[in-house]
Parts: sequence; C-alpha cells; structure tokens
Amino acid sequence: MQNSRVKLRWVSKMRDVVIIGAGQTKFGEHWEKSLRELAVEAGLRAIEDAGIYSKDIDAIYGGNMSAGSSTFQDNIGTLIADFTGLAINNIPAIRVENGSASGAAALHEGFIAVASGIYDTVLVGGVEKLTDVPMENITDVISGEIDREWEAFNGSTLAASAAMIARRYMYEYNAKREHIAYIPVISHRHGSLNPYAHYKNTIKIEDVLNSTIVADPLTMLDCAPISDGASAVILTTMENAKKLKNDGIVRIKASTLASDFISLHSRDNITSFRSTIEASRKAYKMAKLEPKDISFVELHDAYSIFGMIALEDLGFFRKGEAGKYLEEGYGNLDSKLPINPSGGLKAKGHPLGATGVGQVVESVFQLRKQADKRQVSDPRYALTHSMSGAGGSSIIHILEVV
Amino acid sequence: MTIPRFWREFEHRYRLIGTKCPSCGRVYFPPRDVCPYCHRESVGKMQKYELKNTGKIYSFTVVYQDIPDFKELKPYIMAIVEMDDGPKITGQIVDASPEEIKIGMPVKAVFRRIREESPSGIIEYGYKFVPI
Repeated sequence: MQNSRVKLRWVSKMRDVVIIGAGQTKFGEHWEKSLRELAVEAGLRAIEDAGIYSKDIDAIYGGNMSAGSSTFQDNIGTLIADFTGLAINNIPAIRVENGSASGAAALHEGFIAVASGIYDTVLVGGVEKLTDVPMENITDVISGEIDREWEAFNGSTLAASAAMIARRYMYEYNAKREHIAYIPVISHRHGSLNPYAHYKNTIKIEDVLNSTIVADPLTMLDCAPISDGASAVILTTMENAKKLKNDGIVRIKASTLASDFISLHSRDNITSFRSTIEASRKAYKMAKLEPKDISFVELHDAYSIFGMIALEDLGFFRKGEAGKYLEEGYGNLDSKLPINPSGGLKAKGHPLGATGVGQVVESVFQLRKQADKRQVSDPRYALTHSMSGAGGSSIIHILEVV
Repeated sequence: MTIPRFWREFEHRYRLIGTKCPSCGRVYFPPRDVCPYCHRESVGKMQKYELKNTGKIYSFTVVYQDIPDFKELKPYIMAIVEMDDGPKITGQIVDASPEEIKIGMPVKAVFRRIREESPSGIIEYGYKFVPI
C-alpha cells in the first residue's frame, strides 16, 4: 500500500454533509426526452424525495461530459437552472466536467460547498444524452477522455486503452481471460433486478467471451453501453437534515478525487490505477474506515478490466488476485463483498455525466433498504468508485446511513 | 484537425522530437514543458531530444471499432511501444498481421500517413511501427 500524500487538516473544521434526497431517470435509450428534460426529471425526483421546495436550494452542481462535443450545447449549468425553474431566482449553477467521472466530480464540488459553509443546501446532478450523437461519432466523442493529440490521433480509443490494459494485466499476472469476464456477469445479474437499469438480461462467462470483438481481447459484453440518463441528489448539513427527517439520512463520510497521467504511455504501470489508489487511501483515512468495513461497492466498470483492477486498487484484493476471488463467488449480493448491486455501468448503463451521481443514488436506496429485489442485507457503509478515461482521475465517496 | 493544430506538432510527429529534463535526465515523448519529477528545477530548461526509432511492444490490441478516420484500416493493431530511449509511445503497428504480434517484440518507428482532414483537406502524417 503506497504512502498516500493525504492532507486532512481541514476535516476537523468542516461541517457534516448529508444526502436527504435522491432520484434518477431510468438509464437507457430515451428517444422521447431531451437532455434538459432528463435533467429536470431527475432533479425533481431528488427534490421530492428530500421533501423540500426548490426555493430551499442554494446552488446547483451539474456533471456532464460531452454535451458540447456531442450536441453543440454548452453552458449546461445555466440551461438546467433555467429549465428546473430556478434561474428566475438567479440560483448559482455550475457545470462540472471530468470525463466519465463528471457526475462524481460535481458531487465532490457540492460536498466541498456545503462542508465549507458557502452553501447550506445544494442540488447535485448528472446528465448525458448520448443517443442524440450520430453513431459514427460516438467512439470519437468518448475518446475525448484520453489524450486527443497523442493517443486518439494515432488511432487509439478508450476501448483500445482498456484492451491494452487487459492484455498487459493478463501478461503480468498470468490471468485468465475468463477472469476478466466475471464483472459483466455480476453486473448483469444485479441489473436484471433493477428497474432503472438499461439492460435486464443475465449473461454467462461464455457469452462475454464469444461476443463481437471490440478491441481484442475485449468484446462488446466487456464494455458498458451508450446510455441516456440523469441522476440527482440533494445535499445539506446534518443540522438541516435533522429538522426535516428522522431516518434515512445518509452521511457523506468521504469525498475524494485524485488524478494521474491522462495517457497510458506516460504511466510506469498500466495494470493499476494510481488515481484510484490515492483517492481511496485518502477516503478511508477521511472516513476512518478500512476496506473490510465496506458493505458493498459500486465500481466504475465502463470496461470489465477497469472494475477488476479497481477492486485491487481499492484494497479489497491483492494485485493480480481479483479474478480468483470473483471465481469463488465474491461480488454476488449475498457474498462478503457485493459488487454493483445496481447493475454497474455495464448493465445499469453508462450515461457518462449521470453515472457517478447514479452510483450514489443507488447507494442511498441501498443504505435506506429501499432496493427491493437487489437489496444488500443490512448495509452500513457504501463505497462508490468513479473514474475518468482509463484512470486519468478517480473519485471515491464513502456513505453511511445514520 | 486544422492546419495550425497539426503544423505545430510537425517535428514531434515526423521526427520523434521529445524533450529531456536536464535535472534528472528523463526523456519525454510527447514533449513536456515541465518535468513531473523536477518541477521548478526544469522550467525553461527542458531540452529538445530526438528519440532513436527503436523499441519494444509493451502492450497491444486489435481495434474493430468504427471510427470514421480509420475505417479503411479496420481491423488495425494499436500498441504502446516502450522506446529504447525510455518513453512509451502509442501508435499503430503496420506491415504485420495480428497473430504475429507479441509483448516484448522489437519494432521501429516509420513515417506513415495517419489520416486526412477531409477529401479536400490536408493529409496528416506521423509515426507508426513495424516489426524489425
């Protein structure tokens, strides 16, 4: 475990930040809804769930990765403020962009704002509208997360990056190709129980191995789908929350972000994500918890190999050993470490900017025991892991029901 | 890509010109203005450095995706090559079939057409790799 450069002097001075409302749209193809309609739907659900009025909200933080490059719509913060009906009150509204981790980054910003005392109650949302992007452009839009000049220009893509990581991982750890296929199988099993999920079908290891090749050795079923969707949570102080609710308050125990070299070629090692290691070490320290305390994890399995490596970098398994544990049944809802009870990015769907907030929405439902058929038994602490590009940055949230 | 955006990288894309930090001696490609290890020590002092064109395959994949710029090449081999001078570079492997590619295989950089801006736009050249 590397020595984390953690400075947490400010932790003792910050206010307790809690989530009092959570909501999301179904993830999937929403031909009938625009970006702004999706965002408004998720936002209103979170507000209703919190039992507050929109006038109680002091600021909006919205995660979105690609509206500019995919649909030529920028200034998303203002757009959402406008169509949630809050611009009439001149509410501060900011779009946060951090690749696929844009939603989690927006939550990190919202957390800082409430913890610091700048705002008391904020709406944090994430939205992406990928089915408005012409199919031939979609890979290129997503490749905006890697180095355009020195990776994508030469023909690399995010999927190619994941595939090169997978190949190197198999080479260094003598891992079997089948091991990498466990995460999508687990995600689909859980996604089949989630009404918000893009895909409801279950899959087997052989289905993953025999699916259409995207970037060898990875197939279509190693890759998360192109989804539309939006998700939102309401943050406030513990003091405010207690005036509103007696139970179901979820405290943010840790919110951390760490970066790494954007391109794979600049890193000494591509079989581990330094950003995930650093952000999670910092998060455990902030939450005063260890990996063994975590009740379940929502992983950034945009590609199967990302989820597998993250399990090791988050400290759940030693390097090169995730496959072995997954084979033994880790990851299932009734196992020691339930993975992606929501269905993960693979089955629940991956509307880039909405994904990170969506992981937190699921965690809130789980911690409040409102997750119906996919409920993890008696969860106490949830960990969400969101990542941009091929590990260019990682964002960790640890949540606790109070 | 507009002409200026491509033009300003000519020497890097055509001749593998990177930078070297005079403080720690590390070589970088693509070029950097700041050495991530030496920070202020390196600012304003990074030197141009022409890489030898040889290296070894660090990892690779065969891409089957539909990308407008590379449609006619599909499927093509993408790799990260560890150069003999130190830095790793992302580029395509050409003049080879996927079955013969292995991690550790020696390759050299060659000058090739990468993509074209549009049917009437500029043709963008750069490096690809071939097995030695």
